[in-house]
Amino acid sequence: MAVAAPDTALPHTAARANLAHALKDAAITALISFALLLPLIGFKTVQNMRNELELETRIPLLLAIVAIITAARLFGSLVIEPWRERRALRPHAEDARLTALKTTFANWFTPFAMGFVLVYPLIIMVFFPQGALKWIDNFGIQILIYIMLGWGLNIVVGLAGLLDLGYVAFYAVGSYAYALLAKEFGLSFWILLPLAGILSAFWGVLLGFPVLRLRGDYLAIVTLAFGEIIRLILINWVSFTGGYAGVSGIPRPTLFGIPFNATEQGFAATFGLEFNPIHRTLFLYYVILALGLVTAYVTIRLRQLPVGRAWEALREDEIACRSLGINTTNTKLTAFAMGAMFAGFAGSFFAARQGFISPESFTFLESATILSIVVLGGMGSMIGVAVAAVVMIGGTEIMRELDFLKYIFGNDFDPTQYRMLIFGFAMVLIMIWKPRGLVGTREPSAFYKERRTILGSHVKEGHG
Amino acid sequence: MTAGPAAPVLRVEHLTMRFGGLVAVDDLSFAAARGGITALIGPNGAGKTTVFNCITGFYKPTEGRIALAHGDGAIWDEVDTLTDRGTRSLHRGGEALFLLERMPDYLVTQQARVARTFQNIRLFTGMTVFENMLVAQHNTLMVSSGYTLIGVLAPHIYGRAEKAAVEKARYWLEQTDLLERADDPAGDLPYGAQRRLEIARAMCTDPVLLCLDEPAAGLNPRESHQLNELLLSIRREHTTSILLIEHDMSVVMQISDHVVVLDYGVKISDGTPEAVRNDQKVVAAYLGVEDEEVAKVEAEVGL
Repeated sequence: MAVAAPDTALPHTAARANLAHALKDAAITALISFALLLPLIGFKTVQNMRNELELETRIPLLLAIVAIITAARLFGSLVIEPWRERRALRPHAEDARLTALKTTFANWFTPFAMGFVLVYPLIIMVFFPQGALKWIDNFGIQILIYIMLGWGLNIVVGLAGLLDLGYVAFYAVGSYAYALLAKEFGLSFWILLPLAGILSAFWGVLLGFPVLRLRGDYLAIVTLAFGEIIRLILINWVSFTGGYAGVSGIPRPTLFGIPFNATEQGFAATFGLEFNPIHRTLFLYYVILALGLVTAYVTIRLRQLPVGRAWEALREDEIACRSLGINTTNTKLTAFAMGAMFAGFAGSFFAARQGFISPESFTFLESATILSIVVLGGMGSMIGVAVAAVVMIGGTEIMRELDFLKYIFGNDFDPTQYRMLIFGFAMVLIMIWKPRGLVGTREPSAFYKERRTILGSHVKEGHG
Repeated sequence: MTAGPAAPVLRVEHLTMRFGGLVAVDDLSFAAARGGITALIGPNGAGKTTVFNCITGFYKPTEGRIALAHGDGAIWDEVDTLTDRGTRSLHRGGEALFLLERMPDYLVTQQARVARTFQNIRLFTGMTVFENMLVAQHNTLMVSSGYTLIGVLAPHIYGRAEKAAVEKARYWLEQTDLLERADDPAGDLPYGAQRRLEIARAMCTDPVLLCLDEPAAGLNPRESHQLNELLLSIRREHTTSILLIEHDMSVVMQISDHVVVLDYGVKISDGTPEAVRNDQKVVAAYLGVEDEEVAKVEAEVGL
């Protein structure tokens, strides 16, 4: 906004010009916001006792809001803008110590995070025995499911560059596959887990075929429709899926046939422990952790194999891929299939953990959440996606816990109602500062002499 | 067709490509000699890139036959048998014959081993130079990785197979003077180096025929001289034949063995660089003619 004034000879003139400019800018802002908010906030229709509509004006509130907006604008152009310009003018010398610190952080982050998730339930049990169940289940298991889903979608969106808005459909297929097969045929979780993965992968290929020729927005629309179709089938095919009522009483996973219940054959009795529902939660936590690690291992391996490199090449330039003899049809289908397979694993785990599933769990909002985890994390980056899942899912969960805000905003304040608002705001901020996601660089899948990170600006985001 | 040292690697016969009412290529026939450098030249919009897209399978030609032979060319006498049979390719002993107009683009590279570069460079800019070279060897590596299964379950077996691919990448990067930049993102390279990388990447597919679409576009004289050297060394040391589209006459006249000239989709000249340079039709197509000569030249050209 304000014009840069590096001219030191006439500092007063420059400052005055700045002030005038800022005032003019703030006045325009005030006018615009007044005009916009007058119908939105300034007037309110209320029904009186006789059921008649009456117009009520809220001019003080309107003026207060306009004043806040104007003041913020003025503050921005007088304080923040000059500060940003001064910072931009300063020579951009990277502090050597800071760089070293960053490298150390980058090197140690992954092993530390791995160690932390391994001992997380134990820490919780030692330090917060009261709410341990909630913290392990809501924060641990829930977040790990989303990390796994994020990693799965990362293959499709982040690596292959195929924008998929209906990812939750494969999650649903996995869930229902486990729920229905386990209930009807009594098959165990460990048999159904790969089966659900295969079924989901099959549906992934099925979706892949019609959309092979589509790119970008068109692909997004078709995948979105696919997600909705699956959900609507789950709702309407009542005889098969139970419709809105969903499937309940889904068999829970067992430890090599030992169920987690209070009976004589149960886990606690077998190992001579006192029955505690936390045993099952702990078991589930480590199952999903293992599943997540398998996903990570497979994805990391795939990236270093020709198929993974072909996915990334496809994201970069599809025509060049074809000119190099790469069968882009197969490459796209494998990407859809692999992504769907991991969603299927996560889905069958989800069904086993909940014991009850219904179409409510597989709405578009879920697809959007998973996609924003991938985008926020930095497309293609495993660590970034994991951190983003912790922030997004952990963030929404922690909002439920913020009771202390009631002391500030009064007793009527319910933080859970505002969590989406706060969340959206946080996402906007992250997109301003980190437009390529939390991890905006790309690690090459192979190197000749030394591994150098590639700046995000070179990496294409994929348009298909 | 007789076999012999001059047997062509590629024969384009009666190639016609129509886009709606526009005839981009009209009844074009030419042959590219084995182990030679054939140049396809012509003014802008003459249909050169369309011919390339037909050869490499990106377009399906409206009419015509595009046949490519592997081996020393003795198999050319089977070309009509193959055409009548309706299949894509025919193998006899160590030789093979392919009808490119019947193949999808990726099979043209994978099986018929025709590699190409693009007029506007198409590199994987977000991947390193070295990764670009590995992507080009996708099909070989796919087999080595047991279609991914071995690669995931037994990484060490695949690791050994990958060595050959790394060696080939190293060889071509050395040839194109890019080894120093192997670990830099391809998008970071200067323009001339990107052109060289695209050629190196195409060579990683072990092509029988290398199609270069304006390889010297945007290069300075020194760089286009280096390009000449590179293309000549490819011809000298490898069995790869080269077909190139080029506007830079210093490249065309110095290195090509054979020149085909297109104008408005029609072949107007075909011969050695020397013969083409002195052909009146070519001069007329490029430079135009005096007003009073238009009628005469048009009659000659057959317009």
